[in-house]
Amino acid sequence: MSETRPLAASGRRWPRDVIGLAAIALAGGAGYVLFPDSLAFLTRIISIALLVLSLDLLIGYCGIATLGQSALYGAGAYAAGIAAVNGLTDPVALIAVGALAGGVAGLLMGAVLLRAHGLPQLVLSIAFVQLFHEMANKAASITGGSDGLYGIAPGPLFGLFAFDLYGKTAFFAGLGLLLLVFAALSFVVRSPFGMTCRGIKEDPLRIRAMGIGVRPTLIKMFALSGAVAGMGGALGAIATQVVGLDSVSFELSANALVMLVLGGFGSLYGALIGTVIFLGVEHEVSAINPFHWMTLVGVMLIAVVLFAPRGLYGVMTDAVARWRGRP
Amino acid sequence: MSALFRIEHLSKQFGGLKVTRDVSLDLVPGDRVALIGPNGAGKTTLVNLVTGQLRPDSGQVFFGGEDVTRLSDVARVRKGLVRTFQVTRLFSEMTPDEHVTLTILQRKGRATRILERFGHDPAIEFEAADILSTLGLTEVAHRPVAEIAYGQQRLLEIAIALALRPRVLLLDEPAAGVPSSETPRIEAALARLSSDLAVLLIEHDMDLVFRFARKVVVLNGGEIVFTGAPDAAAADPRVREAYLGSYAHASRVA
Ligand SMILES: Nc1ncnc2c1ncn2[C@@H]1O[C@H](COP(=O)(O)OP(=O)(O)OP(=O)(O)O)[C@@H](O)[C@H]1O
Ligand SMILES: [Mg+2]
Repeated sequence: MSETRPLAASGRRWPRDVIGLAAIALAGGAGYVLFPDSLAFLTRIISIALLVLSLDLLIGYCGIATLGQSALYGAGAYAAGIAAVNGLTDPVALIAVGALAGGVAGLLMGAVLLRAHGLPQLVLSIAFVQLFHEMANKAASITGGSDGLYGIAPGPLFGLFAFDLYGKTAFFAGLGLLLLVFAALSFVVRSPFGMTCRGIKEDPLRIRAMGIGVRPTLIKMFALSGAVAGMGGALGAIATQVVGLDSVSFELSANALVMLVLGGFGSLYGALIGTVIFLGVEHEVSAINPFHWMTLVGVMLIAVVLFAPRGLYGVMTDAVARWRGRP
Repeated sequence: MSALFRIEHLSKQFGGLKVTRDVSLDLVPGDRVALIGPNGAGKTTLVNLVTGQLRPDSGQVFFGGEDVTRLSDVARVRKGLVRTFQVTRLFSEMTPDEHVTLTILQRKGRATRILERFGHDPAIEFEAADILSTLGLTEVAHRPVAEIAYGQQRLLEIAIALALRPRVLLLDEPAAGVPSSETPRIEAALARLSSDLAVLLIEHDMDLVFRFARKVVVLNGGEIVFTGAPDAAAADPRVREAYLGSYAHASRVA
């Protein structure tokens, strides 16, 4: 993958990172200018992008099979929501609560999922998210159950910017959070820890023969992934001021996986691109006809899996490489 | 000298197949022992048992006087009980330098650090470059493993093992699959191994065995059938029989 190779010449890396972050900020700014009436939707894209990034950490960087990632997203959403309902209103603190809850849920999920490999692991992950879903449903007195959790009223961001009706504050808060998380993850995937994870993905036995424990490393990644997903969930809770059962669902987990496959796993950019394309197209098409949307998802998935196994980001980097390679 | 490494009555069976039968063996620092035997004799299995990838049905493994039979493979590596693989196990997209750097980081307890940049510690990079140059891998140090020759990949297997600073090194057919034009480089690497290191070499090429080993152990059907000097091994009827059983290698021994 193109991200591994430049490691040796990491001196050249940081300008590329800055360009990447600038591109994300620019894309966010463009979204703000072009779709000023859809800020709530753009914020949802950011919230889900954090979920897909967190999934990429597990699938793309560690090779862990999971269809239960939204359990971690939902843990963050509910924790932030419940904290807000109970009087914690500082948005930054709420995001931190989401990260913490997601991280703890991640540890738990890691402890369960790492007992198995491959298909059994996938089945466990589905059981895990269904269990979380049922728990959220049954504990209606604190979660609101199937009615959803209402009454989330975040205070102004940094004590200055109130959450307005148009979703402007939420959008910029989300964009800022995404940039921070993205910068941190770009660093993490190139740390010794990140290298070890890539190694585990390809050959855990080789990693062990190097004297590196596989399970503790993966557990750590589960916690990190959970924290990222949890922040996404908390952002969603703050922005929409409601948490529903759909935030801990098999469907959201599966959609996140589709987004990741579309964009290309094993690359942080792929996770972002997949999210934007999936949700953007869904937004447009399902407004016309929801049936068409499902058909389109199917066609897109088949096309990507058959013709672009490294996802849309892979297609883009290949195109750039070819263009550069031309005399 | 007391044994650095000792195997006592190790046995293992897969289903009904006895692959390791009551094997006992010991190594002292500086030992150069060749473990030979026909295909399927149980050589790789023995390495797997000793390094902890497999659990023995019975018997014990001692390392530095300590019983390590119940320790995990990871813990054994950290104590200095290191192996290489018969079929290369490397990360196709990583470079040799990255493999060795990661290994050195592990030795220093830093392989899973999050708040550190990989490949930015001058001391570690220096050591990695040194190990790679010892094995003649400097030129390909920054190329993805998928793009380098198989012989160089075999050398990288050894480089990783050396980066662990082993006290006992188990080399599982380091020259397997390497074109004969490149075996001298592997042999040279073996000749340069530190003299206080105990080495057990599994190898089919008898010429290489003769030049490398001072002692030969012959395994057949999971059992040690001969232990002694290399020249005595070639003449021993039990060794001939072992190899005639699988005539693929008969010509090489004869
Ligand atoms: N995990 C396993 N399960 C079942 N049988 C196994 C397993 N590993 C090895 N065997 C069998 O044990 C026997 C010994 O295998 P092993 O790989 O140890 O032989 P070897 O001496 O290393 O052979 P070679 O020279 O071909 O590498 C073989 O018959 C093999 O099929
Ligand atoms: Mg073998």
